[in-house]
Amino acid sequence: MTDRTGGRPHLAVVGAGPAGLTAALAAAARGVRVTLVDSAREPGGQFYRQPAAALGARRPEALHHQWRTWERLRDGLARHIASGAVTLLTDHHVWSVERESGSAVVHALLGPAQEESVAVRADALLLATGGHERVLPFPGWTLPGVLSAGGAQAMLKGGLVLPGRTAVVAGTGPLLLPVAAGLAAAGARVAALVEWADPRDLLRHVRVFAARPAKLVEGARYAAELARHRIAVRPRHTVVAAHGSRHLEAVTVAALDRDGRVRPGTERRVACDTLAVGHGMLPHTDLAEALGCRLDGVAVAVDDEQRTDVPGVWAAGEATGIGGAALALAEGRIAGLSVAARLHARTPDPRSYAAPARERAALRAFFAAVDSVCAPPARWAEQVTDDTVVCRCEEVPAAAVREAVGELGAGDVRTVKLLTRAGMGWCQGRMCGPAVAGLAGCPEAAPRRPFAHPVPLGVLARDPAPAPPSDLAPHPAPDPASAPDPAPPSDPAPHSGPASAPVSDRAPRPTRHSPSTGWESP
Amino acid sequence: MTRRTPLELAGAEPGPAFTVTFDGRELAVLPGRTIAAALWSAGVTSWRTTRAGGEPRGVFCGIGVCFDCLVTVNGRPNQRACLLPAEPGDVIRTQEGTGHHD
Repeated sequence: MTDRTGGRPHLAVVGAGPAGLTAALAAAARGVRVTLVDSAREPGGQFYRQPAAALGARRPEALHHQWRTWERLRDGLARHIASGAVTLLTDHHVWSVERESGSAVVHALLGPAQEESVAVRADALLLATGGHERVLPFPGWTLPGVLSAGGAQAMLKGGLVLPGRTAVVAGTGPLLLPVAAGLAAAGARVAALVEWADPRDLLRHVRVFAARPAKLVEGARYAAELARHRIAVRPRHTVVAAHGSRHLEAVTVAALDRDGRVRPGTERRVACDTLAVGHGMLPHTDLAEALGCRLDGVAVAVDDEQRTDVPGVWAAGEATGIGGAALALAEGRIAGLSVAARLHARTPDPRSYAAPARERAALRAFFAAVDSVCAPPARWAEQVTDDTVVCRCEEVPAAAVREAVGELGAGDVRTVKLLTRAGMGWCQGRMCGPAVAGLAGCPEAAPRRPFAHPVPLGVLARDPAPAPPSDLAPHPAPDPASAPDPAPPSDPAPHSGPASAPVSDRAPRPTRHSPSTGWESP
Repeated sequence: MTRRTPLELAGAEPGPAFTVTFDGRELAVLPGRTIAAALWSAGVTSWRTTRAGGEPRGVFCGIGVCFDCLVTVNGRPNQRACLLPAEPGDVIRTQEGTGHHD
């Protein structure tokens, strides 16, 4: 709950990964009290996920890249926790955020039991909620032994455990490289790295490498690691199907032509007990959407200072567009500097964040190129047989989705969901959303979810008991007289930031800019 | 060729293992591991059957998003094995369907 410490403004950060940590440190160093909330038992997020302390890992760095950056974040966090500037709440599962009387209120379920909820009230909110993996379906993808590439990595980093002995790593995107190298270093035999893109296509984007030569070095280092572990890399290939009765026994790998069709006669069966598969990442936007933040495609839209279009709410890292840890660090730094200035009723000097802003621009350009090279092949949905389960929770086969579109006239993901139940289960469509959109031939859109997380009914029935108004610091929106860049008026466009297509498939949002009438609890 | 293990790679010096049961079978678990990591280390990769098709499921996303790894622990169904730390004496059971028929 809210506490008082000498009138210092209070920032709540959701997510203790690279973006959230960097922002917390930058803001705390500038007179802001920070509460950092994360669902994991240790800070670090997915990228710097640490082995459980009780496992006594003396060389956790062996599982990681850019360890020195982590040491800097970890040590900075420890210093700020010791001084009282930062409060770290781990094992807090945020299920809702709301704006109330000019404050942000973060609701989180406690601990593994998740039966009790606490509220954190702050003057400003930073959403550093990260992302999760997109996995597109193929026959056999529900067999035990098939798991997301990031999932295999998370289990390895956190639990020091492997799912099997012989792995195939498949899909597309930069994540597959550290996953394959990590599994091999930990003792798995990695039979193949199957990538549907051709990484050489990336080299055609000469300008992004000129702006970001470190990415060439990184790529070369991964290539050397893969070679050292004798991992066969198969560009322009895909896993057509996974085989097994009660567990994965093999996959069929085939070559793709330039249109993304399987080249007949190239199918090869590869024996394996593990398939780590991923097709890129998606931002976690539930909390931003609950607040009514504008999205840009599937990511939270932010301005140059990492502000969303909702006053008092910032976003950084994968939530604002997938771009890896280095981009998250740059965005988090900018967000932290902006929050500190704005909460002290100042406008941040752009020169104060010129270096991370240059880094951000170069990395966004690099990952835009990665996205264009690693986009799903145009024909991927043709590989999905009618009996392939698309929605893993509700066990909805591709045939049902196709029938909803072809015979029942569904034209969007929401209608498909209502007709088939695809996306209605435990995960609320986080896993099947992109696949349903692809099969239905409509664009991927971030669906609205009232809660970011399943919540016991008992928690919802209880009055959340907000802190008394006297406990609140003033609303952080800058005073127009002192700040040349005030919070936006009723125009829903962000302060600056790129133009984007409107998200049409959504109910009208409440008016966001008049706190007395606009904020609604979820 | 003997291959390295993840514990060796990270130079782990875990505390003494404790015991849990999975469908009545005793398993040794290293402290700090989640239910999913404990089951994987014992060679178990599925611990749920689906409501409609009775299909086996285990870890899929590994970070608490997909809910595929649901399992019954100490009589409580629908626990995410990838998030829940294992505790000494845990009684872990394969979750059949909704887990409410046991």
